[in-house]
Amino acid sequence: MSNIITVTELSKQFKQITAVNQLSFSIEQGDVYGFLGQNGAGKSTTIRMLLSLIKPTTGNIEIFGLNLQSHRKKILQQVGSVIEKPDVYSYLSALQNLQLFAKLSGMQLTKKTLMQQLERVGLAQRANDTVKIFSQGMKQRLGIAIALVHNPTLIILDEPTNGLDPQGIADIRNLILHLSKEDKKTILVSSHLLTEIEQIASKVLIIDKGKKVIEGAASDLFDPSQTIVELSTIDNDAAWNWLLQSEWSKYLLKKSKASLSLKLNKIHIPQLNAALVKAELGVITIYPKNSLENYFLQVTSENQHVETFSN
Amino acid sequence: MWKLFQIELYKIFKRRRTYIAFIAIAALIAVVQLGLKVDGKEYAAFVMADLSNTLQISGNIINGYFVCYVILQLLLVHVPLLIALIAADMISGESNMGTLRLLLTKPISRTEFLLAKFFASTVYTVSLLVWMAILALFVSMWLFGTDDMFLLKNNYAVQIENADIFWRYIGAFCFAALAMTTVASLGFFLSQFSENSIGPIVATMSIIIICTILSTMSIPIFNIIKPYLFTTHMVAWKEFFDLKVNDANITIKGSIQHPEKIIQSATILLVHIVALITATIYFFNKKDILS
Amino acid sequence: MKLLPKLFFIIWLLDINFSTNAQDMNALIEKIKMKLNTVNEYVAEGKMKTDIAFIKAPIGKIKVLYKKPNFFQLKRENGISILPKGGVSMNISSIMAINNFIALYAGETIIDGNKVKIVKLLPTNENSDIVLTTLFIDEPNLLIKKAITTTNENGTYEISFTYGKYANYGLPNKVIFKFNTKDYKMPKGITLEFDDGDKPNAEQKLKSKKGKVELTYSSYIINKGLF
Repeated sequence: MSNIITVTELSKQFKQITAVNQLSFSIEQGDVYGFLGQNGAGKSTTIRMLLSLIKPTTGNIEIFGLNLQSHRKKILQQVGSVIEKPDVYSYLSALQNLQLFAKLSGMQLTKKTLMQQLERVGLAQRANDTVKIFSQGMKQRLGIAIALVHNPTLIILDEPTNGLDPQGIADIRNLILHLSKEDKKTILVSSHLLTEIEQIASKVLIIDKGKKVIEGAASDLFDPSQTIVELSTIDNDAAWNWLLQSEWSKYLLKKSKASLSLKLNKIHIPQLNAALVKAELGVITIYPKNSLENYFLQVTSENQHVETFSN
Repeated sequence: MWKLFQIELYKIFKRRRTYIAFIAIAALIAVVQLGLKVDGKEYAAFVMADLSNTLQISGNIINGYFVCYVILQLLLVHVPLLIALIAADMISGESNMGTLRLLLTKPISRTEFLLAKFFASTVYTVSLLVWMAILALFVSMWLFGTDDMFLLKNNYAVQIENADIFWRYIGAFCFAALAMTTVASLGFFLSQFSENSIGPIVATMSIIIICTILSTMSIPIFNIIKPYLFTTHMVAWKEFFDLKVNDANITIKGSIQHPEKIIQSATILLVHIVALITATIYFFNKKDILS
Repeated sequence: MKLLPKLFFIIWLLDINFSTNAQDMNALIEKIKMKLNTVNEYVAEGKMKTDIAFIKAPIGKIKVLYKKPNFFQLKRENGISILPKGGVSMNISSIMAINNFIALYAGETIIDGNKVKIVKLLPTNENSDIVLTTLFIDEPNLLIKKAITTTNENGTYEISFTYGKYANYGLPNKVIFKFNTKDYKMPKGITLEFDDGDKPNAEQKLKSKKGKVELTYSSYIINKGLF
């Protein structure tokens, strides 16, 4: 499959702050690419660079195989986006907003088509209401309708579930899945909430302080064979030494004051437990972290640079 | 570009704020017209007090043309503030609303975007002046009738024949449009530096107020900088209302005393517009959109 | 001393003149008045040219209405008229309208190639605004060629008359009214003009304090009872 986005050694320096640092990644056609990082990690800056809102200090961005700087217009014709808050003209109605942005994207759409687009995000009933009286969720849905109005190939959604209620979050999730599966769109979606990404992404990139922490296929990151196990015993040092001498040593990751971590297949956890009990190491907890979120929290909070998973 | 321009116009004229200026102008003009309608004779007597020691000036002095001149003199100093209200909001307003980032992810170049916005604010400026012309000139002509114009300048008075006035107003309004477009460009230029509208609007107004004060103060130290202030050149529309005289001191119909002043001021204003817009394009193209 | 008899002769001549002049001049003035009296009313049309240093004005069409004894109205058609204060005096009748006066002969001079008599009129009424009027009279034609009037209120002004077709009625074709003006300087607060205006040499020209208004009549309609 061909790359839709190729980012090479992208950096952005704001005075003293390096917002994005030598970031490289690529997104293939049909991917739902989850872009993860805590607030301030550099996600928005990267996305804004992809949309030409921010000029990179160094590095290169190619979208649809074209250089963004030299083919900006051509590229943006096929890109739809919602960046952070879905701000639109509050003094215009939903329909007027949609029509205006369709025109800006070079589309002259009939009212019927526009209404269908609003229908798709559940706003057809409110088409003629001014956006001023819309709830955050409605604005978000309108923002998505605007992002999709010109039928783009690539959709970039920056924190699309921000400020939404659970139902709204579910709606957006379903919409993204629909766009990916039914409409075969390539989607880049960023979030600081891993649970969101976990359910929709085919590929995940985690960044922290502007640097890539991990990138890989979701299937790998959620692979049971890659489960991180956190273990605490009465004497962690003794347990660590015992494990180092045992057949489990190959699974050892690291030791901290409170716990030891291992990476192994989920199914081996009972065996590990039995071995530790047998060695009378006083197991207090064994906690499997098979969700990417735990991992995400760990890598970002400790700022560890972990090996890159590959397909 | 044309489409973009239409969209910008659509946005301007869909906003209530746009009409504040139109209402304000209508109100100000109505006040002046009412005042002159009720007390015009007293006003004329007051203005002519010095002259009437030796001369007896009779006729319909407070006529539509004269009233329009009074209105323009009073109002054109304040219209820049109304222009700033829209022009200085053109970019900062989008920034504030959050729509700027959405707009700039559309397949349009930033230069096109800026030019469309600038031309739209120029249309707003011109329509404000057309509105002013309708009210100040045509309504005054209807209310006060027309006659010769008798204007008092600092060192002399000018009488312009009825039939020789209308075209001068066309010229004056065109010049005023240029002057106000300069104000719009200034507001537009400042507009890019802020993410809220208040800053650029206040900054534009402050610059205009300060420069106007410097332009109007007859203090030698300021006289040096006067020719370089755009506000000095903004009042050159008045030159349309000064006539050349022949050797017998008779006005020459259709003449302008200092056409070169109009041309010079218009050129200076035009240079300001081009420079400000070029600077706006230059800075804005380099700008990171963080709003 | 052949000069002496000549001198006596001159003195004698002058003596005749002085002893008779007041009476003669009164008679002359009365004759002119009588001539002017033949005009009961008239409507005249013409042009007015205003030449006041600090006023730029166009030539305007005017209409003049006169009715005996002292109705005189000068209207500018469709326009604003700028006249010297007391400008109604811009006609002969008003100059001659003084009743109680002493007329004094003050010599002769030449105006436009015609010999004219200089007559000074001194009003006897102390309340009169006019202090002194000097008339330059073309005696054979009974026409006033020039009048210089000094008033209490409006200073001194000079009126010259040129005659043509309507000389029989004593009505001029052209009237030039010269008068003094005051300095003109408007406060910027009134004019709302904040630039300094014209350059100094142009200003110099503006400092001239003589004003002139020129009326050229193209037609008179006399005694037709038009108003």
